[in-house]
Amino acid sequence: MRMTVDDKHLAMAAANGDRDAFSSLLARHYDRLFGLTFRLTGSRADAEDLTQDICAALPAKLRSFKGDAQFTTWLYRVTINAAHDRRRRFATHARAADGWGDWEVNRRAANEEAQDKADWLTSAMTALPAELRDTIALTMDQDMTHAQAATVLNVSEGTISWRISEVKKRLRALHEKELSQ
Amino acid sequence: MSDPFDDLMDAMTAATPKPDAETKAAHLRLAEENFARHQETEDAARLTLEHPEKPGLFQGVKQMLQSISAKAVLTATTGIAAIALVGVIILPQGGDMTLPALTDTSAAPGEIAEASVASDVSDAEALSYEAPVMDSPVIVEEFAASPQFRTTLTAPAPTLGIIGDHIAVAPTLQPQSNTEEFANADANPVQITADTPVSTFSIDVDTASYSIMRSSLMNGRLPSPDQIRVEELINYFPYDYAAPTGDAPFSQTVTVTPTPWNEGTQLVHIGIQGELPAIAERPPLNLVFLIDTSGSMNQPNKLPLLAQSFRLMLSQLRPTDEVAIVTYAGSAGQVLAPTPASEQDTILNALTSLHAGGSTAGQAGLQQAYATAAAMAQDGEVSRVILATDGDFNVGISDPDALTDYISAQRDSGTYLSVLGFGRGNLNDATMQALAQNGNGQAAYIDTLSEAQKVLVDQLTGALFPIANDVKIQVEFNPAQIAEYRLIGYETRALNREDFNNDAVDAGEIGAGHSVTAIYEVTPVGSDAILNDALRYGAEPATDTPSNELGFLRLRYKTPGEDTSQLIEQPITSGMGTVTDDVNFATAIAGFGQLLRNGTYLGDWSYDNAITMATAARGDDPFGYRAESITLMRLADTLSQ
Repeated sequence: MRMTVDDKHLAMAAANGDRDAFSSLLARHYDRLFGLTFRLTGSRADAEDLTQDICAALPAKLRSFKGDAQFTTWLYRVTINAAHDRRRRFATHARAADGWGDWEVNRRAANEEAQDKADWLTSAMTALPAELRDTIALTMDQDMTHAQAATVLNVSEGTISWRISEVKKRLRALHEKELSQ
Repeated sequence: MSDPFDDLMDAMTAATPKPDAETKAAHLRLAEENFARHQETEDAARLTLEHPEKPGLFQGVKQMLQSISAKAVLTATTGIAAIALVGVIILPQGGDMTLPALTDTSAAPGEIAEASVASDVSDAEALSYEAPVMDSPVIVEEFAASPQFRTTLTAPAPTLGIIGDHIAVAPTLQPQSNTEEFANADANPVQITADTPVSTFSIDVDTASYSIMRSSLMNGRLPSPDQIRVEELINYFPYDYAAPTGDAPFSQTVTVTPTPWNEGTQLVHIGIQGELPAIAERPPLNLVFLIDTSGSMNQPNKLPLLAQSFRLMLSQLRPTDEVAIVTYAGSAGQVLAPTPASEQDTILNALTSLHAGGSTAGQAGLQQAYATAAAMAQDGEVSRVILATDGDFNVGISDPDALTDYISAQRDSGTYLSVLGFGRGNLNDATMQALAQNGNGQAAYIDTLSEAQKVLVDQLTGALFPIANDVKIQVEFNPAQIAEYRLIGYETRALNREDFNNDAVDAGEIGAGHSVTAIYEVTPVGSDAILNDALRYGAEPATDTPSNELGFLRLRYKTPGEDTSQLIEQPITSGMGTVTDDVNFATAIAGFGQLLRNGTYLGDWSYDNAITMATAARGDDPFGYRAESITLMRLADTLSQ
């Protein structure tokens, strides 16, 4: 029975104080949420802290969910905003760069030079500007259409497509540079 | 050729980890608690309403929904039922006040079970509520939540258990991605007395390395050599060296013994015993707990163990002491304003309700902790910030150098800093070390409740009341007697020779009743065990001082609150001191520590020898620490084969 209740109804019930609805809604989306925070931050520890912040704030935020958007779209927008807040906070500290490039990642990456794959991913991601990183972090979600991603990021669908092709272009350039070395 | 974009997508998919089950559970719990609290605030506001009629009905129905939905009986249909009823409550015209009563009946079995749990804890509170009958389901539920939370905290963490005299830690899976960092340097090399006759270092009363070693061995792995700081292993144990009698706050006992692992050398054992001031007259304490509540702390051996450890400690405090709690990377900065230790309930409530949520930068937390400590400080009182963390220092000041600079600057304000490490997998031992060393404090690693008992109860006085600051040791060896020497451990505490007399150079602190041990292995002139050949073209060692002293020991320390150091001097002579169990036990531990660090200088001396020696020298051992260490030696022996 519960399984047939869609996200939007669960979210509305939760917003009205249904604890059970809230629990199953969050349990349903937790893994995807964590995947997204990881893609946004690039480190497990940061992803866990960010997810925790979101989980803690969600009950209060849920009140603003009016059911005019898909729940995932709404949740991802909350997530992106939280990630931006977090980046801004870090940016005020002297040596912390943003997200993927922060001190922790550098330190860890230096420790794990053997893991070429992870290194390549980190360097490729670090080479991209923040809005491109956010865009591919979002669109990597299988159920996220470009239209939805556009709503989450509050840009037009065309912008999303342009960003994706920009990412492809930059990656190809990076790849050619690697080959030529 | 594959497309780089697809490569990126694949790499990202591969790199994205599955959420940690425990963390996930903790996050979901946190969210549910916040959800419940959120409803609670609404309800609390309603209690003061002067016009209960219509809102009362509305709320009553709403509460009914909540109490229904909390029950497992109805889970399957709750979502739909809730939506349906939300629809209904917009409509009601009259005040049918029996609706909430129906709720009571329908949910009765669950309600009673929870109420009985609640009544154990808060009979008085429950009775003091003058709420209308219809409110009771919600109130009962709220109280029911609190004992559940308490139970999780008071029950020992699942990884702990006490079997006989030994602490047993159930084997736990090691975290997959281990990002621990350890502070260490290469083992001290053998020095030629003629070239470098003077050895200088700062004392070290940290014990973190021992607990880390224990937690590794208990998990069935030999610790890596980097994790072992031999002096911290030795100083983990209390020793009963001669107590000071004169004006100095500590006394030193020097013993020269044969080396168990090398016939051709001797050990110079320097034991320092801090005085134990009459505890009844100790100054009032101001403690600020600075607690890391970041996501990674949500594991049974982290935040719950921490709360439990501090509970133990509270029993040791006096009514004149004050406690404040500041958190970082979690809920609001200050969760407990300075509170006299006599108000145990208030403090315990603050501790048990620690949970993560919201966001505060770590730097702000640290600054707030120091500011709170400064505000609490009065003349004659001792202020200390106790930082409890699993090593996630990437929040706040993200640069370790900036962090230690900040703490060094705060040190001059007279506030001490101690660091307690919790949990494994993310532990940044190097940063912990740096913080405690720069903050004039102690670094300890709490892996079990018994360790908390040792650090925060049995040895609390020593941990919290410094009796001598910046204690430095300098030994000058006599080249006419000693050809070579080697300091065992203290690699991370080495000082330059000129630093000894420079009062601006920071060094370690001794707390009330602390004992500190340093051991040199020395090779007499003419011994077969000399490792370095004499230089063909080198000058002959100066023999114009026909002293039969082996060397000369100098100690410098500052009385807390003073800027100039005082000097203690003592010659070291052959065969001085009596060999006690304490000396032998410290030697056995020194050997054990070196074995764990691959024992370059130990020849074929083995764990077996260490076990025999430690067992013979176990002595009184009232707390069983030494017995435990012998168990660890056996484990290491087995694991190393």
